[in-house]
Amino acid sequence: MTSGKYLRLAIGVVAIAGLIVVPINFNRYGLFILSQWAVMTIAAMGLNLTLGYAGQVSLAQGAFVGIGAYTAAILTTLGWPLIAALALAILLCFAVGWMLGYPALRVQHHYLAFVTLAFSTLMFLVFRNESWLTNGIYGISNIPRPHVFGFATNKPLPFYYLCLASLGIVSAAMWWLIRSPWGRAFTALRENPLRALSLGVDTRRYTLMAFALGSVLGGVSGVLYAPLTQYIDPVPFNLSLSLDLLMMVIVGGAGFFLGPFLGAMISVLLPEWLRDYTHDYYLMVYAIAVIGLLIYSPTGILGILDRYLTARRTKAASALRAAAQSRLETAQ
Amino acid sequence: MSNLLDLIVAGLATGAIYALVAVGFTLLWQTSQTINFAQGEFVMLPAFLMLAVMHLGAPFWLAILVGMLLSMLLLGLAFKMLLVDPMLRHGVLPLAIATMALAIGIKEAVKQFFSAEASPFPSIVPAGDISILGRTVSLQSLGVLALAILAVTALTMLLNRTSLGHQMQAAAQNPTVARIIGVPVERMILLTFLINAVLVALASLLITPIYLAKFSSGEVLGQAAFIAAIVGGFNQVRGAIAGGLLIGVVDNLAAAYVSTQYRAAVPMILLIAVILLRPQGLLGRSEERTV
Repeated sequence: MTSGKYLRLAIGVVAIAGLIVVPINFNRYGLFILSQWAVMTIAAMGLNLTLGYAGQVSLAQGAFVGIGAYTAAILTTLGWPLIAALALAILLCFAVGWMLGYPALRVQHHYLAFVTLAFSTLMFLVFRNESWLTNGIYGISNIPRPHVFGFATNKPLPFYYLCLASLGIVSAAMWWLIRSPWGRAFTALRENPLRALSLGVDTRRYTLMAFALGSVLGGVSGVLYAPLTQYIDPVPFNLSLSLDLLMMVIVGGAGFFLGPFLGAMISVLLPEWLRDYTHDYYLMVYAIAVIGLLIYSPTGILGILDRYLTARRTKAASALRAAAQSRLETAQ
Repeated sequence: MSNLLDLIVAGLATGAIYALVAVGFTLLWQTSQTINFAQGEFVMLPAFLMLAVMHLGAPFWLAILVGMLLSMLLLGLAFKMLLVDPMLRHGVLPLAIATMALAIGIKEAVKQFFSAEASPFPSIVPAGDISILGRTVSLQSLGVLALAILAVTALTMLLNRTSLGHQMQAAAQNPTVARIIGVPVERMILLTFLINAVLVALASLLITPIYLAKFSSGEVLGQAAFIAAIVGGFNQVRGAIAGGLLIGVVDNLAAAYVSTQYRAAVPMILLIAVILLRPQGLLGRSEERTV
């Protein structure tokens, strides 16, 4: 088991080093796409917490990315520092996410999906129509990029590192969270709410908390999205972003820590890569690839790995048992 | 007041189309727990199939016929065999995501192989106005309403009055018992997929002359059908019909009396209210929950 642990650690270190070193020579566009991957991964991690760990379906994650992005855009163009916008976006998304959790106390599954879908559409209408705040369909341009510890992040590479560092911090927090008693309570909520309740887990509070925390990560992702694109309008935050994020979580593997990383990779990087080979048909090929993958493994990419590892472990265990059995027989 | 009546008639006409789509949607849910996120794209596609047949020089009636058949083949049979059957046993969510991907695929395919521009589509109902009791009413609205009512009545007759319909209902309500008493459940499920394909093709035929054939038109339609299905009652055909008509009228009235900017919000608020206050829908029965 320890060798497996070292192997995983080594893979992790190589992956992180790769993410830091390899893009140094990337052009502007490549860095933009990679930064977008990091930003979307944060949002997908939030949804993975709500859906994958706590089992609450949400089709509103895109709306929280929008709330975060608009908070950042409005405040930073007014001259506030990005970190202040981040704090406000976190508070805002926590409060709104908490409120959105209330329907989940009453209805589940597809009904919950539709309530959150309606919320998502309503938020889009607010972004589009409340021009005094969001500048409506014209959007907000010239969103400044922040200075971090005195370093300007105007150039693509430093900004990519900012996104990557944020992803690192969020990942560490998430790693800690799902191993804490809270994380276990979320899983209990997903697996068997009734049993969780009878064991003394306050399911009501944890359901609301799952929504609120997941939404906060949507907001964090939005706060980075605004300075990444430097221009936002309502269109990117419509329902299809929420659907995309849901697709990322399921395709990567809901309830797996690394699921959102892979899912966002499929959703952000795969279309770009396909574009080079299949030109105008890339979205079609992408759709077919996603359907094929889900038919092959409904639990996502990590579901395949999980099945393979379980099969290998079972095989190893039965080999051990057979060996022990034969030893026992010879001893007799 | 005269304006109000016109708005209601036009709303009922669009609502009747929503009802067709919503009925298909609930049928799929009842018989095979499929939440079809591509339902709107299913409505968009048949119009393009019919246009393609007409480009080959076929007359309109033949194009309709071929379009219907193709739609049954692609959106009924192929959809069930290739997508729903392999995924059904893995639960609702992965299948729902797969239909989202399918929606993207259909949209892109139409955009690439047909056109990214909106194309006009011939109407099977003659245009113009007629006067009834001294009032002018759009012939198109009336024709659409009449055809949709006809289709829905035929479907309810099929479901409630014939042995085949009873078998379908049995297969939907309790597949295990239905199988024991000799209902060919598999064939019944296939039949609901074919019926859904016919319903969406019909809806396509009725709505495309009004809104033009465009690859992206499925999004709005699909959402309207979802809302109609839920507001009316997710597990009831008559609920979906009532929901469709209600959403059509509410949407039209909202456009006139609420701001045009927030017209889309009204059905959404209705949806949230219904789900929170009466989750089984206005006409639905509450679902049994297994704990």
